[in-house]
Amino acid sequence: MSEIATNAGGVEGAVTQTRLREVPAVRMEAVYKHYGDFTALNEVDLKVAKGEKIVVCGPSGSGKSTLIRCINHIEKHDEGLIYVNGVELDHQRKNIDAVRRDTGMVFQSFNLFPHMTVLENCTLAPMTANGMSEAEAKDLAMHFLTKVRIPDQAEKYPGQLSGGQQQRVAIARALCMRPKIMLFDEPTSALDPEMVKEVLETMKKLAEEGMTMLCVTHEMGFAREVADRIVFMNEGKVVEQAAPEEFFKNPKSERARTFLDQIIH
Amino acid sequence: MSHFSPTAAVNYFFNYFLMKGVLVTIGLTVAAVVGGLILGMGIALLRMSSNPILSGASRLYIWFFRGTPLLIQLVVIYSGLPQLGIKFSVITCALVGLILNEAAYLAEIVRSGFMAVSAGQREAAWALSLSPWVTFRRVTLPQAFRLMIPPLGNSVNSLLKATSLASVISVEELMRRSDMLMQEHFQILEVYAAATAYYLILTSVWDAIQRRLEKHFGRSSAAKTRRVAARAPVAQASVEARA
Repeated sequence: MSEIATNAGGVEGAVTQTRLREVPAVRMEAVYKHYGDFTALNEVDLKVAKGEKIVVCGPSGSGKSTLIRCINHIEKHDEGLIYVNGVELDHQRKNIDAVRRDTGMVFQSFNLFPHMTVLENCTLAPMTANGMSEAEAKDLAMHFLTKVRIPDQAEKYPGQLSGGQQQRVAIARALCMRPKIMLFDEPTSALDPEMVKEVLETMKKLAEEGMTMLCVTHEMGFAREVADRIVFMNEGKVVEQAAPEEFFKNPKSERARTFLDQIIH
Repeated sequence: MSHFSPTAAVNYFFNYFLMKGVLVTIGLTVAAVVGGLILGMGIALLRMSSNPILSGASRLYIWFFRGTPLLIQLVVIYSGLPQLGIKFSVITCALVGLILNEAAYLAEIVRSGFMAVSAGQREAAWALSLSPWVTFRRVTLPQAFRLMIPPLGNSVNSLLKATSLASVISVEELMRRSDMLMQEHFQILEVYAAATAYYLILTSVWDAIQRRLEKHFGRSSAAKTRRVAARAPVAQASVEARA
């Protein structure tokens, strides 16, 4: 940790520096995204090394969700280049498919399929998109449901579960496609306060196993503990990137300072 | 003939000739619903297409068939088209008219069902690399269908009664056969009482079927409602936002 702190003049820590020589997990170059007159992403550059954990934060409307939604092409970027594990997201079907196979996504509102049981939610994609047999897919699903600690809920419908449980199912469902990168879009924002912890614990476990993670969140405790780097956004721009200690102790931009003042009480 | 004869009404109710008319009414309704759903689904898909020509054509279709009376459509198909050399059997005319008309209504019901499925469901499907067909068949269609059942039920109820218009082009369904009995025996109230009873029975049976469909397709959301009722208001809001 001290190594990162002393290196904090640069953006990345020493460990990350060596990782960057490999093909990065995500590389964005001068990415723009517009909604009519509104610029959601304004010349965004971002490099994420394999195994790196990134927390993206910033005020609402700063483009953080748009940023991670562009990485698996749920939003189409208008300009610039995005590479995911070396594959260019150029709006071609086959490249989009390749990128989506490498990335898993967890949404703020879970987006579980309400008409399917927990188990069916987890087996649908492995069976239909990967051609797995039902038995194999079930084994796989139970493996990940056990990992998120809800194997006993497999036969229930999402509506019968608490928010925290639903979000853990959503994480398991994404993991069943064996992604190399996990994208989290405010995974705890729709949860009751007492359920935030169980979801964050699951994410921490995933981080410890070396998963590459990009997470939009306001959970600064999580960011401090898990993130290798914090990316602070404002008005569609990446304003600041730093290791958590550096960012919380010494935010360089005025905007980050006021942001931190407002969310850390 | 200054009184109402209940016995005569009961006799008409069990009249074999009238019963066969009931079967025709049921047949017309079922065929028009099935045909209308298939055609309506296609029209709804065109309507939701991003291609302006396809969606425009679909909009034009819906505008035309919902904007003109079914009676005119039937008469035009039956008596008008032969003038252009296009001639169908009576029953085909009725079916074509009913299906074309019903499809316009069902297309809007199908479309509203699909539009009510949250965008998050499609996004989750994309993120999981589901193919467009699997997304449609397994994710959006079942959810849209659940939302379609109440308006669909309403439409089928209307259609069941609208089949009586086919009597005008001489299809021998329940209404037409009632007319025929009435002209033969002049027991107006008695005959139509029997016919009315049949329509009420048919619509009631359909109501029961619709309720079962709603129950069947709503089972997961019923569980949701129970759960939500027991939970905190914050979570309730988020659950409802998705529903």
